[in-house]
Amino acid sequence: MTIDVATVRKVARLARIAQPEETLEKLAGELNGIMAWIEQLNEVDTDGVEPMTSAVHMPAPMREDLVTEGGDPEMVLSNAPKRAGAFFVVPKVIE
Amino acid sequence: MSALTSLTLKSAMDGLADKSFSSVELTQAHVEAVEAARGLNAFVLETPDKALAMAQASDARRASGDAGPLDGAPLGIKDLFCTKGVRTTAASKIIGDFVPTYESTVTANLWRDGAVMLGKLNMDQFAMGSSNETSCWGPVVNPWRARTAEGGGGNAPLTPGGSSGGSASAVAAELCLGATATDTGGSIRQPAAFTGTVGIKPTYGRCSRWGVVAFASSLDQAGPMARTVEDAAMLLTSMCGYDPKDSTSLNVETPDFAPFVGKSVKGLRIGIPKEYRVDNMPAEIDALWEQGIAWLKEAGCEIVEVSLPHTKYALPAYYIVAPAEASSNLARYDGMRYGLRVEGANLTDTYEKSRAAGFGTEVKRRIMIGTYVLSAGYYDAYYLKALKVRRRIADDFDQAFERVDALLTPTAPSAAFGLGDKSDDPVAMYLNDIFTVTVNLAGLPGMSVPAGLDAAGLPLGLQLIGRALDEGTLLSLGGALEKAADFRAKPQKWW
Repeated sequence: MTIDVATVRKVARLARIAQPEETLEKLAGELNGIMAWIEQLNEVDTDGVEPMTSAVHMPAPMREDLVTEGGDPEMVLSNAPKRAGAFFVVPKVIE
Repeated sequence: MSALTSLTLKSAMDGLADKSFSSVELTQAHVEAVEAARGLNAFVLETPDKALAMAQASDARRASGDAGPLDGAPLGIKDLFCTKGVRTTAASKIIGDFVPTYESTVTANLWRDGAVMLGKLNMDQFAMGSSNETSCWGPVVNPWRARTAEGGGGNAPLTPGGSSGGSASAVAAELCLGATATDTGGSIRQPAAFTGTVGIKPTYGRCSRWGVVAFASSLDQAGPMARTVEDAAMLLTSMCGYDPKDSTSLNVETPDFAPFVGKSVKGLRIGIPKEYRVDNMPAEIDALWEQGIAWLKEAGCEIVEVSLPHTKYALPAYYIVAPAEASSNLARYDGMRYGLRVEGANLTDTYEKSRAAGFGTEVKRRIMIGTYVLSAGYYDAYYLKALKVRRRIADDFDQAFERVDALLTPTAPSAAFGLGDKSDDPVAMYLNDIFTVTVNLAGLPGMSVPAGLDAAGLPLGLQLIGRALDEGTLLSLGGALEKAADFRAKPQKWW
């Protein structure tokens, strides 16, 4: 499986990273190098192997569905790139 | 006051306890050492005022008789740990001026026990890297330099390793008594090996991930770096502990780890995994490994050859699992609620421009890999396959630990290399973690202990791998190696 420029463009769009057109070819080369190296995983027989999704052998812990912290808009907003009063200012989402 | 910075954490705590010096004196000596070592670029933020205020408070606590186990000890904190009111950047421009409104659990535990913060330590951006060259603050320089042209290029600056390069460099250069670090694929152990320091990655779930900027959540684990095994054990005891705020935190008791150091290792069975004898490994590293085997034999251990047949697949599996998790974790940096925002023509354009400007090249590369392997049509072929290989790697360890109590391997396939030597070849850089990454995939504890110098006078480390939650045995073995190696070499001060 080789990654072409069109695929890199699509992946960059999915990842929401602007990649200048002139960098796509180099990036495709790098990604192909890495993915070719990763291909060796196909040598491993994994028939019937359960995927390992967690490094700990325990069920997800449960807790009461209660608010534990909150009610401090100043804390929440203190790193906002743009704000107005107790609100975040974001680009227009709905036309 | 250079004598105060040369103390081990243990001897510093003894000196504070018997009032040989105060924490203010100890901290002042370290603040001065940090200021004098800016050429290493180990700190991205120095907090001398905070350090001295914390030291003063510590002296007051000690005077009133309620000093904690680390009371008054000046430490460095990797810039991946959120520190309340103190800028935390993960060495990335995307959160280059982020000031957390909360404290990570690990650092909160250290302050609970009385430790003093000297500042925030440089690292690879989002902990992605093995040489500290991906930091937006520039690379950290290793205080060690090659003695001759061979192996290191004379006095050319060397990498301290990564991603915890600032932690490693600061500990090795005696700028702090110990440091926090994190390890997703080897980021504590490889820098420890490159700088002649001790680093422990505990069992996954021992240290809370709460307030630690996430890279790959199923692999990330915090741990200490220090100059002795005992110092690392003392820090580990403080850093670990159950935390309901991290859903993968293990609800188990944290033992006092320090007493394990110095315990006899007689009768322990040590596995030597034959698959770790890789091609092109420098003869010196092979020889050091043999020496380590001989040391543990002399200490009464039984040496057993074991097989971990899927070892060579660990790195490729890691480079699917870790970027996949990273692409998901780093989706939060969208320039809306915090972090860098570059205004675009519309919302999507703003996202794309902000992330393009904020993330470094390696971070973008890994987000792209992660996005690709998780995208429609590739999920099963790549991501699911990697999770199955991960299981086989973990099974290899389970089988080995039926026969042995711990494993002994080299930590890294080379000594510290020159800054810039591998930055053009991602796969060559990734191969640094060949011996360490298996442990993260399996969630096991691992530690690196300095064991000798190569011909160029650069430190080399040996790695110990243990059963889940058996850090105690690792620390006993690490203590035995430390004693046998009698590693006393220090970098010649040039900075």
